[in-house]
Amino acid sequence: MSEAAATSVSPNDGVTGLVDDWTADKQAYHVPWGKAMMWIFLVSDTFIFSCFLTGYLNVRMTTTEPWPSQSEIFSLNFLGAPVPLLLIAIMTMVLITSSGTMALAVNYGYRGDKKKTFWLIAATAFFGATFVGMQAFEWSKLILEEGVRPWGNPFGAPQFGSVFFMVTGFHGLHVSAGVIYLMWVAFRIRAGYYDKKGFEIVEIAGLYWHFVDLVWVFIFAFFYLL
Amino acid sequence: MASSSDTAGQQHPLGIYYKIWVLLFVVSAFSYAVDYFDVQGAMRWTLVIVFMLVKAGFIIAIFMHAFWERLALCLTILGPPGVLLLLISFMAVEGGYTSGTRYDYMGHDPNAVALTPAEVHGTGEDHGEGDVAAEAH
Repeated sequence: MSEAAATSVSPNDGVTGLVDDWTADKQAYHVPWGKAMMWIFLVSDTFIFSCFLTGYLNVRMTTTEPWPSQSEIFSLNFLGAPVPLLLIAIMTMVLITSSGTMALAVNYGYRGDKKKTFWLIAATAFFGATFVGMQAFEWSKLILEEGVRPWGNPFGAPQFGSVFFMVTGFHGLHVSAGVIYLMWVAFRIRAGYYDKKGFEIVEIAGLYWHFVDLVWVFIFAFFYLL
Repeated sequence: MASSSDTAGQQHPLGIYYKIWVLLFVVSAFSYAVDYFDVQGAMRWTLVIVFMLVKAGFIIAIFMHAFWERLALCLTILGPPGVLLLLISFMAVEGGYTSGTRYDYMGHDPNAVALTPAEVHGTGEDHGEGDVAAEAH
């Protein structure tokens, strides 16, 4: 068949490849459909988080009340002295650790090493759950001890609370969903569900997890550091 | 961008993941150091944003394999979010105008400083009854 002959020719790269991919009457993306769909979902998610952060930019610029000092509000006592942003720094490191174990899981998945893949994904989910746990601690400290509410706080601009709860809450929701998704994938791998289908699923789940880490990079910079 | 075959997944030597992993830790430590050593002003913004972009770039390029993907997919991923820069710049311009008019016509103090937790809870060294006593003397 002509179709079989066409796919056996390897596609062009670069701009020629781009034009070929978009103009020819055939599939545009040379990846498994699940991966393409995950990417498109992530692009839509990028828009949601960007809208939140752009809204944050606008309220922070326009509020006439002074913006509370994140460095002091999120400080944690360590050995008797307050260390600025300590908990947030640890949360960042935990999330990066989980991203690393996820990247390794993708690699071992393609090698067909199911046991290592299972445990690496489980480790990723464990670090994700740890992150959510620390976030729960951060939230309860902020609500109970500091008296921060979505509509106001004792320090300054009331928008601080609304942005904080909305942005970190939505991110935490993503992490929680990711933990469930990863464990579901891990147990299906162990059960042998993907033995015949192939292990692209690990890469697809990995894309989601790295995206969650990526969003945190922006939240860490814009909300906590600046 | 290197060529990649049709459905064979993204498989690369483990070494590159370890290197990027370490790099992300180091750069995160750098951005935390910016706050820890209390760097302020334009330097703070520059450092935080540069470190953020470095981290985001490596996560997308290596961990999410965008570096090895074909151009058609890369542009689908990065093109639409790129348009968001327009939204961000519009909102920044609009925000600057709004805050300017509020400060000019609503009598707020543009140099007001937010309260710190120590001031609110009265647990700081330079606040509380000690201050009141010092003023009374």
